Amino acid sequence: MTIIELIKQPWPWYVAGPIIGLMVPTLLIFGNKTFGISSSLRHVCAACFPAKIPFFQYDWKKEIWNLFFVFGIFLGGIITAMYFKNDAAVVVDSNLIAELSGYGITDFSGLVPGDIFSWASLATPRGFILMVIGGFLVGFGTRYAGGCTSGHAIMGLSNLQLPSLIATISFMAGGFIMANLILPFILSL
Amino acid sequence: MTINKKNTNTDFEVRSLDAICKNQEAVELPMWHNLKYLAFGVAFGIVLIKSEVISWFRIQEMFRLQSFHMFGVIGSAVAVGALSVFLIKKFKIKSIDGEEIILPEKTFNKGQIYGGLLFGFGWAMTGACPGPLFAQLGYGAIATAVTILMAIVGTWVYGLLREKLPA
Repeated sequence: MTIIELIKQPWPWYVAGPIIGLMVPTLLIFGNKTFGISSSLRHVCAACFPAKIPFFQYDWKKEIWNLFFVFGIFLGGIITAMYFKNDAAVVVDSNLIAELSGYGITDFSGLVPGDIFSWASLATPRGFILMVIGGFLVGFGTRYAGGCTSGHAIMGLSNLQLPSLIATISFMAGGFIMANLILPFILSL
Repeated sequence: MTINKKNTNTDFEVRSLDAICKNQEAVELPMWHNLKYLAFGVAFGIVLIKSEVISWFRIQEMFRLQSFHMFGVIGSAVAVGALSVFLIKKFKIKSIDGEEIILPEKTFNKGQIYGGLLFGFGWAMTGACPGPLFAQLGYGAIATAVTILMAIVGTWVYGLLREKLPA
């Protein structure tokens, strides 16, 4: 097996997790930056439509590293699609396949289900709710919480911050409630 | 190059309104220095995709306790991150620009609970937190542009309503 073939395989958690964890010291040592991604959304607001809102009145250019970082993530996606794409279907837990099949989700070929996240789906009630309302909640919730999975769960917990633990537990609680209690209704729309 | 503008940095207070949004670096470096963050972002994006963290299915499995994968990724990331932070503090490691590394203390507010729950809803719905959204878009899930746009709108509406929300 060549190196490229090895890279193309899905990476196990014990390879990916530590590399993600190394982003914390890398950013600290190479630029005194604390790892965090959702702030980039705030910088976009501050740069493009601050609208005299105090929360967006700051010198976003001083935080521009964060926008370079997220643009890098986007480029990383393009590079992976071009050179490291795994052609095999995504392995999905059989219970989940059974559950989702009941809602007409049968395409398991990609990382994102084409049955829900597509332009055509945007015009359907469930596609609209999941993409539009879901996206809104990601932006609103992360800023209200003061961070996302990277800023709170990884950076904050690494620095043993109690507020980050509270936030991380809340993220997980919200996710469990949505996935198990609310999502079934949305998917059946 | 101007060094140590810390005392004249009046933006600091505004930015620290938000616990996660702080730039500790006091040296001002030319713009091309930001290319290193672009490179780190590329590496991060590749890891997010190859570990399938950006997969809507992996997120559903996590919230249904059907797979250990996501817990393993986040858990081992925190373990490595925590060990790194411990070593940086213990040996007082400086940044490559010779600055003391500052790790901000976060203060508790109710937003971490209310906002955290709302983000958790959004995470389970979109199958993505902010980082993976950008990776999904690059990986070819073009419709994710709508989700990113709405996340920006959500951030903006939070800014608008900030003073009226319980904190």
